[in-house]
Amino acid sequence: MSIFLTENSKVIVQGITGSEGRKHTQRMLASGTAVVGGVNPSKAGQTVDFDGTSVPVFGSVAEAMKETGADVTVVFVPPKFAKGAVVEAVDAGIGLCVVITEGIPVKDSTEFWAYAQGKSTRIIGPNCPGLISPGRSNAGIIPANITQAGKIGLVSKSGTLTYQMMYELRDIGFSTAIGIGGDPVIGTTHIDALQAFQDDPETEAIVMIGEIGGDAEERAAEFIKAHVTKPVVGYVAGFTAPEGKTMGHAGAIVSGSAGTAQAKKEALEAAGVKVGKTPSETARLMRELLG
Amino acid sequence: MVGRAVAGALRSLFVDLFEYQARDMFAAHGVPVLPGGVAETPEQAEAIARDIAGQVVVKAQVKVGGRGKAGGVKLADSPEEAKARATDILGLDIKGHVTRKVMVAQASDIAEEYYFSYLLDRSNRTFLAMASVEGGMEIEEIAVTKPEALARIAVDATVGVDRAKAEEIVDAAKFPAEVRDQVIDIAIKLWDVFSKEDATLVEVNPLAKAPDGTVLALDGKVTLDENAAFRQAGHEALEDAAAADPLEAAAKEKGLNYVKLEGEVGIIGNGAGLVMSTLDVVAYAGEEFGGVRPANFLDIGGGASAQVMADGLGIILGDPAVKSVFVNVFGGITACDAVADGIVSALAMLGDDATKPLVVRLDGNNVDEGRRILAEAAHPLVTVVDTMDGAARRAAELAAA
Repeated sequence: MSIFLTENSKVIVQGITGSEGRKHTQRMLASGTAVVGGVNPSKAGQTVDFDGTSVPVFGSVAEAMKETGADVTVVFVPPKFAKGAVVEAVDAGIGLCVVITEGIPVKDSTEFWAYAQGKSTRIIGPNCPGLISPGRSNAGIIPANITQAGKIGLVSKSGTLTYQMMYELRDIGFSTAIGIGGDPVIGTTHIDALQAFQDDPETEAIVMIGEIGGDAEERAAEFIKAHVTKPVVGYVAGFTAPEGKTMGHAGAIVSGSAGTAQAKKEALEAAGVKVGKTPSETARLMRELLG
Repeated sequence: MVGRAVAGALRSLFVDLFEYQARDMFAAHGVPVLPGGVAETPEQAEAIARDIAGQVVVKAQVKVGGRGKAGGVKLADSPEEAKARATDILGLDIKGHVTRKVMVAQASDIAEEYYFSYLLDRSNRTFLAMASVEGGMEIEEIAVTKPEALARIAVDATVGVDRAKAEEIVDAAKFPAEVRDQVIDIAIKLWDVFSKEDATLVEVNPLAKAPDGTVLALDGKVTLDENAAFRQAGHEALEDAAAADPLEAAAKEKGLNYVKLEGEVGIIGNGAGLVMSTLDVVAYAGEEFGGVRPANFLDIGGGASAQVMADGLGIILGDPAVKSVFVNVFGGITACDAVADGIVSALAMLGDDATKPLVVRLDGNNVDEGRRILAEAAHPLVTVVDTMDGAARRAAELAAA
């Protein structure tokens, strides 16, 4: 098993004809992902060729789903059009919408997240590398050749730290590695992924990677304490980041947390999570846990 | 909210405005403010005071709290006095922020002080209105000591603030009947500021009732979302170019995500999370070498082409505080051989300008080929170390030497 993405996932790409969309569709196909179509209203009816694999382009997500049975969409469209693309995917009722696009105004992501509430689409991202269930499917830009299928589940705010941790533990392998993105408002959270890994029989242990800002890690710590029985190791980046300008007084009241790496580490440790000082130490802690 | 601000700084997401810029933005959206203007010289301050006539207040324009206690806010009864007060305040260092501008505004007697804000509530992934009729106290203090006095009303991002919502907020905060209609009107206009300007924070503190019963925004903070620049053409002019570090300005021109820090080890990496992690690992390693610290944050992104590598190295080597450089790249989308080629060509491009030792750590895709390329080039300044922790230690050691 894996979470959110399996060997049966049928993937479409919104923005398949753009340079990023094209490049990463090629990579997804090369790693064995069933990319069954793309969406671009102005190029509907055409096909895009990837080393002999011909991928049809549809005018809308709904049409692509109807023709191909797609249940996952990966969004590469530019920031200006990203909200429209996500809303379209939600309206079409696709199960999973992975938003890779970086630089989306937070107003737009807050709006599309609010719009998706009570509907049937899980959003991952924005500004994230997507997710990979090694050997099964790869929806996004995570390099597929770092590691293989295995028993660790990984959830991370950061893309390259995800790759680094997969590399450190590549001999053990991963059920699913998911990059949820570091933007202020994201669809799928640490907690959502932790719950899914807890419920996934193939996942035996979980690595959780956080970074400064917000209080998602603190909330995840509370969740782990109450609901996660599988071993979790953590890593938090940003201990030495400078104290930036404060943004008025309102923010701290709302989050109720300093948002610092130290506060996050302490919250995780209080929940029984072993937290590494560096990525390598975190990997070592995971090895010790798995014996 | 330091953490968010840090992440914001490192990812260049949000821009805080000066008070006078917030005031201008409020005025542009019809929020009542007092007459005033911004001055960079005492003479300009005098001229503004003369236009306003009567008592004025001269306020330091700095993006930090506590300016009143630091002597950054003064009353003046005449244009000449406004000039003298501006002379005192311009150049004043307030918690490390040098005052370059003052705002001169009509002085106002205050009958009552209120609080009002809209902000992004990232924990609940929604927008939030906060309002209070408790004046004269710090709002954080009210939130702790008298939480019932601070109304918090979630604003549905897909709906926004219409008249009914504004009434809900104003009534939840128990604004007195005689100002209710005025505050409702202001609440709707402040939502316009928040929504139409792509703000992540709009805060009015105090929202004041003058003795004649008029409600005014006396001081405000606005934070804008830089990601919205593509649809906010006017926002670029609001950036504080004067305050930017020269290296940061040069990096921005080259499209690099660079933040100057106080340290000796220059850092280049790919991906914000990995670079933040690199800063930490270098600081830990530096403890062993007399407290050597990272000199900067620089994320060259997933691509890591030769040109980007050269631009990044150029900026870092231009920092006189830098004693050694740590290049920490995980080859994911870009394979390590391409990154190694980038480093070799970057050093060739820089030629004699490359003068400081470089420690390179490559991992990931095609790592063996990448290391082979660097070994073959055998550049005298370059040391390749296999692990991130080991490379950080070596870079710290070289910086301390």
